[in-house]
Amino acid sequence: MRVGIPRSLLYYKYLPFWKTFLVQLGLDVETSPLTNKQILSRGVEVAENELCVPVKAFYGHCMALRDRGVDAIFVPRVVSVEERAYTCPKFLGLPDMIGAVAGDLELPPLLSPRLNQREKPREFKHQLIEFARERFGLGRAAAVAALENARLAQKHYQQGLLSGRKPLDLLPTSRFNVPRRRPPRSQRRRIGLLGHPYNIYDGYLTQNLIARLEEMGAELVLPEMTDHRLLMQAATDVPKQLYWSYEKEIMGAVNIWTEKKMVDGIVYVLAFACGPDSLIQVLIEHRAREHRVPLMSITIDEHSGEAGLVTRIEAFTDMLMRQGRKKRTAA
Amino acid sequence: MRVTAPQMGNLHLMLEDLFRRMGVDYVKPPPSSTRTLELGAKYGPEFACLPLKINIGNFIEALEAGADTLVMAGGHGPCRFGYYGIVEERILRDLGYDFRFMMLEPFSDGAWAFYKTFEALSPGLSIRKLWKILKVSFAKARAFDSLYKRALEIRAYEVNRGDTTRALKEAEAVMAAADTREEIEAAAAESMAVIEAVDQDPGRDVLKVGIVGEFYLLLEPFSNFGLEEMLGHKGVYLERSVWVTDWIAPHRKNIIFGYPHRLIEEKAAPYLDQNVGGEGRETVGTTVIFAERGFDGVIQLLPFGCMPENIATSILPRVQQDHDIPVLTLTFDEQTGRAGMVTRVEAFLDLLKARRGSRLQAV
Ligand code: SF4
Ligand code: SF4
Repeated sequence: MRVGIPRSLLYYKYLPFWKTFLVQLGLDVETSPLTNKQILSRGVEVAENELCVPVKAFYGHCMALRDRGVDAIFVPRVVSVEERAYTCPKFLGLPDMIGAVAGDLELPPLLSPRLNQREKPREFKHQLIEFARERFGLGRAAAVAALENARLAQKHYQQGLLSGRKPLDLLPTSRFNVPRRRPPRSQRRRIGLLGHPYNIYDGYLTQNLIARLEEMGAELVLPEMTDHRLLMQAATDVPKQLYWSYEKEIMGAVNIWTEKKMVDGIVYVLAFACGPDSLIQVLIEHRAREHRVPLMSITIDEHSGEAGLVTRIEAFTDMLMRQGRKKRTAA
Repeated sequence: MRVTAPQMGNLHLMLEDLFRRMGVDYVKPPPSSTRTLELGAKYGPEFACLPLKINIGNFIEALEAGADTLVMAGGHGPCRFGYYGIVEERILRDLGYDFRFMMLEPFSDGAWAFYKTFEALSPGLSIRKLWKILKVSFAKARAFDSLYKRALEIRAYEVNRGDTTRALKEAEAVMAAADTREEIEAAAAESMAVIEAVDQDPGRDVLKVGIVGEFYLLLEPFSNFGLEEMLGHKGVYLERSVWVTDWIAPHRKNIIFGYPHRLIEEKAAPYLDQNVGGEGRETVGTTVIFAERGFDGVIQLLPFGCMPENIATSILPRVQQDHDIPVLTLTFDEQTGRAGMVTRVEAFLDLLKARRGSRLQAV
């Protein structure tokens, strides 16, 4: 059986885990292409208009997998990845949202294990073993082994990220996010790139933002370069604990970067109409102001034009580069 | 200490009662107005959902009216509401306001913390006393909700346009004056009688429409341009899926709405088998319930970008197909105009009438 994984949303966080796990279940795994014009415009056409752009793109990815003739599409329901927190409501409802259009779009069946460890840590293990046994008749020992291999693959991937490699260097290759020329190391400025991985690493959605920033002199600092435990610890420095795990990662990154002076500036990418970000944006901007770190927010949607974006990031990086030159002459 | 909380529909009547019993000086924020919304849109984050913006406007206007302590409800997700307070406090402090801020987290977080929040508002209040106050005040709030529910039904049949709304005002005053348990019981009967006494035309052929969607939009007429009253005046019988006291009551039997939460989940399950926060699952489940009861149509209300409702909206087309019930989805933000909404509602009612006609012919 050929299973398709949409190259969208949580793909950018968990692909090594999912892929290894599914392969170990004896499935052939295929991913959809990188987001492109057709994928996005088809997604925009079928998805509810008010949804955020990465979720719209997800619909398009499912259609691309259908066109490739896969036998099933993997759309897990990732409710919660840790105690006392959720992902985003949209991930909670995703299989049902895709399910609602599956008939009209003639999508193949969805594989949607429910992953929820909000109440109990390490519940994933049991939920996935159950999934492997029920759907694929795997024995317990085989399911456990599949999980263990998947865990190792994910760990290996995360270690790569910690050492400063970008998800896209590690995931199947991309024509996006590859800078052509970069200024010499001594002149570069450290820019923290903040946002959900499926936004900042999707070169099509962000108009190749990573490469552009690097070409303009950024030495990128990414949330994944900080140990996850430290990120989560730093995320607790808020007036009330956040209950969205991925926003905690974002908040944690800002808190650490500003506290330890790890960046000269921050570029914050958020999707138009993103619920969680619309709120923590207030806290993030406040934090950056308090620590006098320049911050630029970039909102993306399906209409984002290239010209406006380039002008804005140019102005922002120019300002940081000027600051850098001043500092160097002063020293 | 002068205490305020955001405005939402008739919530102030319930809060007035609760705070009076606790001996708290309650500053009722001025009713939400265009200015309230303008303030909220100006100072609130651009993509925040509409209720947050109106909350900010309410708080600013209450601070201007002399409030020095702001109270906001909390929660733990997955939708935005549980984090509203934190963001609102940050914004107001950045604007330079000086105030005391309190979040009332749900009882399930811990009875002690829950009690302590009330005790901070009313120093010396014992647990027993608080419990008694909450029970009595809740009984009164229930009576209010029953009135509002009945008014939605009766307005469709009123002979003289506006009678129900006038009777409701009178009934509210009767209810508001009640203090002890006995008085509340008597006032509940008396106020209900006031509403029942509205001159009605029982033979009128009315459309039946279910109102579903996001909590705040359903409960605050200012945010939906008085949609319910408008529909009532057009002779539409209404039932609504969301009620304040159903929402507060921990057992979730939904006494006012009439269908327990468990049933709503069951009805939603074939389409949305997961709590997605807010009223997302409830919107799907109650739409099924209204369809099964033979309602002519359903209107879903939501603030622009509301995550749980956007999920529901993505799924409702399938419910419409399976249950053959028309659903009108209306989205609201600070730029929404009344005229556009009215046009869409009227077109929808025409559709419902036409369907009725053809259904009758088919019989
Ligand atoms: S976190 Fe924001 S961008 Fe991500 S799925 Fe949720 S609403 Fe969309
Ligand atoms: S239910 Fe919707 S509108 Fe209400 S707080 Fe949650 S996201 Fe915002």
